[in-house]
Amino acid sequence: MPALHMWIFAGLLLIGLAAPYVLYPVFVMKVLCFALFACAFNLLLGFGGLLSFGHAAYFGGASYVSAHAAKVWGLTPELAILTGTLAAAGLGLAIGSLAIRRQGIYFAMVTLAFAQMVFFFSIQAPFTGGEDGIQSVPRGHLFGLIPMAPDRNLYFFVLAVVFIGLLVIYRIIHSPFGQVLKGIRDNEPRMISLGYRTRRYKLAVFVLSATLAGVAGATKAIVFQLASLTDVYWTMSGEVVLMTLLGGMGTVFGPILGAAVIVTMQNYLATFGDWVTIGQGIIFVVAVMLFREGIVGVLARLIRRPL
Amino acid sequence: MFELLGIPPQALFGQLLLGLINGSFYALLSLGLAIIFGLLNIINFTHGAQYMMGAFVAWMLLNYAGIPYWGALLLVPVIVGITGVVLERLLISRLYHLDHLYGLLLTFGLALIITGVFRNQYGISGLPYAIPGQLSGGQNLGFMFLPNYRGWVVVASLVVCLGTWFVIEKTRLGAYLRAATENPTMVGAFGINVPRLITLTYGFGVGLAAFAGVLAAPIYSVNPNMGADVIIVVFAVVVIGGMGSILGSILTGFGLGLVEGLTRVFYPEGSAVVIFVIMAIVLLVKPAGLFGREA
Repeated sequence: MPALHMWIFAGLLLIGLAAPYVLYPVFVMKVLCFALFACAFNLLLGFGGLLSFGHAAYFGGASYVSAHAAKVWGLTPELAILTGTLAAAGLGLAIGSLAIRRQGIYFAMVTLAFAQMVFFFSIQAPFTGGEDGIQSVPRGHLFGLIPMAPDRNLYFFVLAVVFIGLLVIYRIIHSPFGQVLKGIRDNEPRMISLGYRTRRYKLAVFVLSATLAGVAGATKAIVFQLASLTDVYWTMSGEVVLMTLLGGMGTVFGPILGAAVIVTMQNYLATFGDWVTIGQGIIFVVAVMLFREGIVGVLARLIRRPL
Repeated sequence: MFELLGIPPQALFGQLLLGLINGSFYALLSLGLAIIFGLLNIINFTHGAQYMMGAFVAWMLLNYAGIPYWGALLLVPVIVGITGVVLERLLISRLYHLDHLYGLLLTFGLALIITGVFRNQYGISGLPYAIPGQLSGGQNLGFMFLPNYRGWVVVASLVVCLGTWFVIEKTRLGAYLRAATENPTMVGAFGINVPRLITLTYGFGVGLAAFAGVLAAPIYSVNPNMGADVIIVVFAVVVIGGMGSILGSILTGFGLGLVEGLTRVFYPEGSAVVIFVIMAIVLLVKPAGLFGREA
C-alpha cells in the first residue's frame, strides 16, 4: 500500500473514532453503511466496468434476511449480519450469472429488472411484513456478551465491520485479480485473446460486490432495527450510483466521500421533502455533464496520484 | 354458464382485456425506447417520466385551458415532444462521444428532477381525468362487457404502433433513419442533416411516450409516480424482445401484457413478477432477446 493511501486510511480511522463524540452516532453509522455500500458498488462499476442498476436487491435483501435472523431466529448481531451477507452472495450469484450474458446498457437494464423482482418478492413474501417491513429488530449482544443497545457500543462494532470491508475492497482492487478486472474493463476482447476467461472474472466481481453490499445492508438493518421497502426499491440502486459518480468512480476513496455528501444532504434537507429528489437529480445531471471524474477524481488529477 | 378451466369466462376475458391494455402501453413505450435507442444509442431512462408528463399535460390542458381529450391527444405529444427536443439539444447531444452509460445516468437524473417537480406541485394522491363522453359506456359482447374506452385504447395503440412501423420500414424517411443508425457519417455525406434527424427522432420517441400518457390518463389516476414502475417493466419487455426490430418490440409488448393478464387469473401472486421470470428464462436460452440480433 503506498504511503499516501496508508495515511488516508489512518486519517479515516481517526475521523471514524472521533466522530461519535462530535456527531449523532446513528447518523455516522448510516454514513458508514452507505460508504461501504458505495465502495462495494464501485468495485463492480469503477474497476469491473459493469454498471449494475439493481444493487438495492443485495443491500435491501440482506437487510431483510439479517433482520429476520435477529428477530425471529434470535441470532446474535454478528451471526445475523453473516446470514444476511450469505443471502446477498447467493442472490448475487443467481442474478449475476444471468446478467453477465448481456453487456453495457442491457446489463444495466437486466440487473434493474431483477432487482425489481426482489422488490416485489419483498412486498409479497410472508416474512417481510409487506408495507411495514420488519420493525423493532433487536440489536442483541455481540458474541452473546456485549450489549449492542447503547449507540456507542454498536458504533464501534459498525466502524470495525465497515473498515474491514473497505480494506478487503482495497485488497481486491490491488490484487492480480483486480488487475485482470481493470484489463477487462478497458479492453475485454484483448483480455479474451490473452486467454482470460473474462466471464468468470466478471461473475466473481459481481458476487464479491453483491456480498459486500450485503454486509452494508445487513449492518444497516441492525443499526436502525428495521428492514424496509425503501432499501430494496430501485431508487436506492440509483442513489448508490449517484454516490459513486459524485465521489469519483474508479477511485478508491471517492465513493466514501460521495456517500457522506449524499447521506448528509438527505439528513439535513429532509424537511424540504421532494426538493431532495430534485437536488439529487440536478447533482446527477451536473456530475454527468461537467464533472465525470467526481470530486476525488478531480483531486487525484490535481495531485497527479491515484486516490 | 360455462367455465374454462374452472374460471368464469367474465373473469378470464376481463383479465385478458386488462392484459391487452397494459400490453398497449408496454408496446407504445418499448417502441419509443427502441426508436431512441436505435439512433441515439441511449437508453432513455426519462421515458417513464415523459409518459407521466403526457398524462399531466393532458390534465392541465383540460383544467387550465379547457382543451378536451381529443385536442390533448393531438397537442400533448407535440408539446412533450418539444421538451424532448430541447433536452436532446441542450444535454443529451453532448454525450454521444462518451460511453453509453453516461446517457443512461443523465436521463436517470432528468427523470428524478421531472418526477420531483411534479410531486412537489401536485402531491402523490393522483388526479382524476374523466373518460371523454363519446367513449363512455360499453358493449355487451355476450361473454363479457367491453368498456368502450378500453377498446379504443387498444385500437389507438395498435394503429400508432403499426403506423410507426410502416414509416420506419417502408418509407424513404424511414430508410434514412435506418441508414443513419448503421453509418451516420455516410448518410451525412449524402447531404442529410444527421444531427437534426437524431433530434427529431428523440422528439418523436418522447412524443410516443406522451401519447401513451394521454391514453392512460382516463384509466389510471394521473399521478407523478405512474411512470416509475411501468418503465422498469418496459425495460424487461425490451430485454425480452431484443432491441433489434421495431415489430419485435410491438409484438413483445402486447404479448407480455396478455401473459401478465393470464397469470393474474391463474396465479394472482405471480402477476407482478411473471415478466421478470420470463426475462430470466429468455436470457438463459436466447441472450439477445426473442427478436434481437447478437450485438
